[in-house]
Amino acid sequence: MRLIVSLSEVKSRGTSSVGGKCHTLAEMEHRGVPVPNTLCISDRAYERYIASTGLRERILLELTRKSFADMRWEELWDSSLRIRNMFLKTPMPEDLSKTLSDPLRERFGSKAVAVRSSAPGEDSAQASFAGLHESFMNVRGIESILEHVRLVWASLWSDAALLYRRDLGLDVATSTMAVVVQELVEGNRSGVVFSRSPNDESQAVIESVYGLNQGLVDGTVEPDRWMIDRASGEIVSHTAPSRAQMLVPAADGVRLAPLPERLSLRPPLSAEEANAVYQRARQLEELFGGPQDVEWTWGDDGLTVLQSRPITALGDREPGDERRWYLSLRRSFDNLQMLRDKIENELIPRMIEQAKALEGQPPARLSDAELADEIRSRQEIHNRWVDVYWEEFIPFAHGIRLFGQVYNDTLHPDDPYAFMDLLTGTEMASLERNRALEEMAVMIREDAHLEQALRESLKGDPHAKITNRFREQLDLFIGRFGDLSCAMTGSGECERMPDALIRLLLEMADHPPTKERARQRDLDAMRSHYLDQFAGPARERAAQMLDLARTSYQLRDDDNIYLGRIEAQLLVAVEEGRRRLGARSITGLGELDASQVAAALEDPHFKPEIRPKERGDDDMFVRARQLVGQPAGPGVAKGRARVILSQSDLITFQHGEVLVCDAVDPNMTFVVPLAVGVVERRGGMLIHGAIIAREYGLPCVTGVPDAVSLISTGDSIVVDGYLGIITIAGRPDSVGHTEL
Amino acid sequence: MSDRETTSLALRELFARQRLAVLATREEDGQPYTNLMAFAVSDDLRSLLLVTGRATRKYANLSADPRVALLIDSRSHQASDIHDAMAVTVLGEALEVSGSAKERLLTSYVAKHPHLKDFASSPSCALFQVKVRSYYLVRRFQEVTELHVRQ
Repeated sequence: MRLIVSLSEVKSRGTSSVGGKCHTLAEMEHRGVPVPNTLCISDRAYERYIASTGLRERILLELTRKSFADMRWEELWDSSLRIRNMFLKTPMPEDLSKTLSDPLRERFGSKAVAVRSSAPGEDSAQASFAGLHESFMNVRGIESILEHVRLVWASLWSDAALLYRRDLGLDVATSTMAVVVQELVEGNRSGVVFSRSPNDESQAVIESVYGLNQGLVDGTVEPDRWMIDRASGEIVSHTAPSRAQMLVPAADGVRLAPLPERLSLRPPLSAEEANAVYQRARQLEELFGGPQDVEWTWGDDGLTVLQSRPITALGDREPGDERRWYLSLRRSFDNLQMLRDKIENELIPRMIEQAKALEGQPPARLSDAELADEIRSRQEIHNRWVDVYWEEFIPFAHGIRLFGQVYNDTLHPDDPYAFMDLLTGTEMASLERNRALEEMAVMIREDAHLEQALRESLKGDPHAKITNRFREQLDLFIGRFGDLSCAMTGSGECERMPDALIRLLLEMADHPPTKERARQRDLDAMRSHYLDQFAGPARERAAQMLDLARTSYQLRDDDNIYLGRIEAQLLVAVEEGRRRLGARSITGLGELDASQVAAALEDPHFKPEIRPKERGDDDMFVRARQLVGQPAGPGVAKGRARVILSQSDLITFQHGEVLVCDAVDPNMTFVVPLAVGVVERRGGMLIHGAIIAREYGLPCVTGVPDAVSLISTGDSIVVDGYLGIITIAGRPDSVGHTEL
Repeated sequence: MSDRETTSLALRELFARQRLAVLATREEDGQPYTNLMAFAVSDDLRSLLLVTGRATRKYANLSADPRVALLIDSRSHQASDIHDAMAVTVLGEALEVSGSAKERLLTSYVAKHPHLKDFASSPSCALFQVKVRSYYLVRRFQEVTELHVRQ
């Protein structure tokens, strides 16, 4: 079997290893349907590549180090990124690259091509699942084509494919990927047609935009839409958007351009042309024996079909299946720019306003019934903002990923997360707060009398001589950031102000300061090195992408602080409720959630349910020795674990301890300068624990299942941030004890 | 299921499939020494059974120092072993069994290894019961869980 074949050879030899997309194209060409000039690379080329380079075993190791069941989708994304980097860093063996180069050069020369995935098994789920694998537009030159072939291969293990791994039957031993290389047809109008609408069996749907199809597919450009009656072929309806933009080929890839005014007033297709598109779809439906989802473009040579595949629904209609949502997080650059504008100029100012409005209405004066209403109203407000957070803020984090991809594709770094260094040093609110803390710690460190006075005041001495300068700083800090004693972690637990803060400052002052990684010069060099890879308009775009990623990175942290301020106001109301219920001698109040507190305030006979505690079997007991998570900050640290279960665990945090928590909240990161390492249950490179650890250069492991139950405060642990492993080396009660 | 139950279950499943364990003993001068041994495990996972000839080096080692380590694993000699195979290290103390207890324990040993009946019942062989102190279970290359038995 040859590794690279033309469409006519695919048809005449009936080979099965070129994937569904190639087969369909070959069939269409055979029937005289105009399709682009195409070559197919068989999946044997993929197999030869991963076998001869040892990639198969490396992928296997990456995908089996942790159980999928224990992985969050962010970790799947990270795994996928690491695998993608393996493909980027591993060149094709010379004989393979030669076998592919000659026919590609002969056929395409220096013409622009599209490099698309063609997953094997024409009727398999893979053939009909749209958007799981990558395709690249406007690729030029043999080197670049071969590199993009590797990237298409890598996309067999994309985050989307990993999400649908069961439906796809994804298996390192058997899964393969074929590739379509086709001349780029520069149509001036493009679109998709469903020969039968997924929503109405009696109709067909056409969607069309000016320019290239990608703008429609990724949702950046709003299309015109026609509904066509299948029985009569008549247009039933035409919906026109306000047309403003189009996607056009750019130096390397595609870019969004403003639509000329004369076009914005005219639909991309006339009624006749819409009919021609519909007729073509019906022809393909007949040819392939079922309703088709067809991508097409209309250029000077008329209508060309880019691909056709059976219409099948993604298997995610089960309630609670959020995979479709995860996939919606993959946004284009232009889409993210729009989102940024909305977040910066609309959402964040509104959040701040909302928090201020609530802060101005202390609940103490309300009657019980009013307080119950207020709790419910605040809960609703908070829920609404949590929804906004998921729908707008989280997708915006994709800006970081998009930049990471561009950076890795261009620079091929050894560390797939090297790009994160270009994002650090943004003005995150939590870093600013930590700097303010350090300034006060310096005052204590330099003034033995002040230190003495603070210790005396902690012991309850009201006459302790605390300098005015320090008091002013302290008040200023509390005014800006709060006293940290009643943070917004939802624990609802508070210590008497400002003892907690003073205790923390004394602890900080007792040790040399931990510095943020000051590497401004490196950063400038890195930035120039990155930008120097681009020229002309591409350089401008590369700079914009970096800027977007930096904003995205900064917001990853800040959005939580703003949301935290709103949540804090809900908690204030709930606390007031609990206080009043406490006066009625109701016990177990800590267990009640906001709506239960509201209900209890209205019901004088309220009694909380008390759940019985589980009894353990104690002739044998299990202990974790080594836990596997994700490497999220390089380095190795040894130290005493401090497991954060409540606010008091934060307040008593000591210098040299390892921060172990379920989910680092930016509102808890004030202890990070005291920590030697960070361990978090949630996984992923972009979670707060990983980000803040990176800012301070601390070893960090994320995605450690059950971290807070398997590790106890006081355990001696080793954080291996290179391999993503936690070793519990010793326990205070000394069973299986090993000295560090 | 609790961690303890899932861990015990994983151990039971492994022990049901595997017949052989690597036994480590210590020679008089401190030199470690290993052998491949047929083993059986008690239902409560608190002890393991081994049989050895009395003239062997391991018999001498066990008689002088009863502390042992055993390794039981599910490798299949493929590249995939590195992540698919499970390995259990057992730490404990091996004591020779005699009297009526021997007869009872021998029956359960032979139930697992019927073809070793003659060997195990031979007067020249000794039956050892390993009182387990801890199991160290390794999965997915680097995930390590300990199961400790209260003594």
